Amino acid sequence: MAQPTHGLGGLKYDPAKKTRAQEWNVLLALVVILVTFELLGRIFLGDSFLFNTRENATSLFNEQRLQIIILQVSIVGIIAIGVTQVIIIGGIDLSSGSVVGATAMIAMSFAQVATVNGNPNPKAIFLEQGWLDLPVIVPVVIGLCCGVIAGMVNGFLIAYTRIPPFIATLGMMVSARGLSKWWSNGNPVSFPTESYAAIGKGLNPVLIFVGLAVLFHLIMTYTKYGKHCYAIGSNEDAVRMSGISVPRHKVLVYTLAGMLASLAAVVLSSKNLTAQAGMGVMYELQAITMAVIGGVSLAGGRGSVVGTVLGALILGVITSGFTFLKLNAYYQEMTMGAIIVGAVVMDQWRQQSRGRGK
Amino acid sequence: MSDIILETRGLTKRYGGVHALEDANFVLHQGEHVAVVGDNGAGKSTFVRQITAVEQRSAGTVMFDGREVNFAGPLEAREAGIETVFQTLALADDLDVPSNLFLGRELFKVRLGPFSILDRKAMRERTMEALKTTAVKIPNVDNPIRNMSGGQRQCVSIARTAAFASKLVIMDEPTAALGVQETAQVENIIRGLKARGIPMILISHNLRQVFDLVDRIVVFRRGRIVASLRKEETDGNDIVSYITGVKGSETAYA
Repeated sequence: MAQPTHGLGGLKYDPAKKTRAQEWNVLLALVVILVTFELLGRIFLGDSFLFNTRENATSLFNEQRLQIIILQVSIVGIIAIGVTQVIIIGGIDLSSGSVVGATAMIAMSFAQVATVNGNPNPKAIFLEQGWLDLPVIVPVVIGLCCGVIAGMVNGFLIAYTRIPPFIATLGMMVSARGLSKWWSNGNPVSFPTESYAAIGKGLNPVLIFVGLAVLFHLIMTYTKYGKHCYAIGSNEDAVRMSGISVPRHKVLVYTLAGMLASLAAVVLSSKNLTAQAGMGVMYELQAITMAVIGGVSLAGGRGSVVGTVLGALILGVITSGFTFLKLNAYYQEMTMGAIIVGAVVMDQWRQQSRGRGK
Repeated sequence: MSDIILETRGLTKRYGGVHALEDANFVLHQGEHVAVVGDNGAGKSTFVRQITAVEQRSAGTVMFDGREVNFAGPLEAREAGIETVFQTLALADDLDVPSNLFLGRELFKVRLGPFSILDRKAMRERTMEALKTTAVKIPNVDNPIRNMSGGQRQCVSIARTAAFASKLVIMDEPTAALGVQETAQVENIIRGLKARGIPMILISHNLRQVFDLVDRIVVFRRGRIVASLRKEETDGNDIVSYITGVKGSETAYA
């Protein structure tokens, strides 16, 4: 059968060239931003952004600042890991911020102590039922269930009624926020047990964020689940024709995203020692921003958890940098808008230069 | 009986009031390469979609490999041994060549349900083997196929089909968008299938190609099979007159 083969007709690119991973560009951007703040700080404030310039300093870097940078993005970062997967399959999740609010309220209600300063807890939600001083596993599992349920509802709506993800998750966003306000008539829920409060103590949020990022990086790179996420975002019809159940996969992706959002809620409420109905407002947009800055394409099929982590760091560095330069917080928000749009514009350019139609 | 790999009896497909395919009776023998020709909208692709169960037929029976089959979807058809190259490329642009070849039939190191760990090395090795046996040259299989030319992408698609072909290959206009050299490469793959004795149904508008490659030509017109001719018994003009309706207004048995 070995007929002579013909040339590589239509070859238009250098065959030896391995395409450079998008994440390197994001890392480069992160470094550029860090250097910019460092230079601005040295020039205008006579202070260093990254390094420890105090007398008799024991460490090279300004560890406190670096910790804050990571700590302030780690909770939204947990959400962004799930949002990354949703965007990779070509979807969007607007509900994560509200799911955080609802989950924080519900989980916290199951984590309340019986006595505050020797007196019975006056504001306990389940005072009559006596559900107080419960083991930490109870609020955590109930909290995660909230996210799983919200995510499954999102997933089933999107996969089986075929309404756009934007609409389905917008509905969940509004409803879940309503639920979190109704739960305690708008009152905050406080006084968690010590074991619950330990979850988000100190640098725990960072450890949880990094741990989950590593786990999901491995899942997205080395498992069938990850491969199918990229395939669906790339060409859903092809995946369907390969016999893979696209609806089932979508439900799984949205469920995981919901679960990660609720986990973020547990960590957040534990760290703040309180839950409020307004918790997590705008978190969904921050999470999407992290993913988009990190090179996750809104068109689906491209991006990675590593990219999103870098995107989260960029967001954290910019926030800290503005504070460091003593710039008004309003400038931060205005700049952030420009950065989101800029990231999407870059993604469009990349697609135009790479894609050659369908 | 045992010589027949695929047989359809009274295969019919209606979309609402439109009779896309009417009473198609078709037989394919072991090792036989058959071309399906006809004008646009004659029912060629519809015919193939019923066999591969991309759509569910309105009426009729399909016999494959000696037994009646009712595939619920393309995956079942594929598991039964029918490999198809679709007219619209069924490739995921952001995945590399091995991932595309093994889409939906990945090899695993550890099975953990949806989170099963892929055996990337084995898939890559088998991809290289498949590309070698089908004589498809892809410079860097680890790049996403988005970066490849139309011809290379089509070759990936066809290599996938040829590599996994076990009992029957169906190609729906595999060279429609290709240049001369790329077309030649695809035709070589088809000749390779013939040499391996794998039966094939080829949908094509290119009569030169049809006469070059297949044993028998089946003509569709207005949803009906109007002729089934051995290559030696016919010529281009004859086929065209069947396609355009000058000849053969009765339903034929293919």
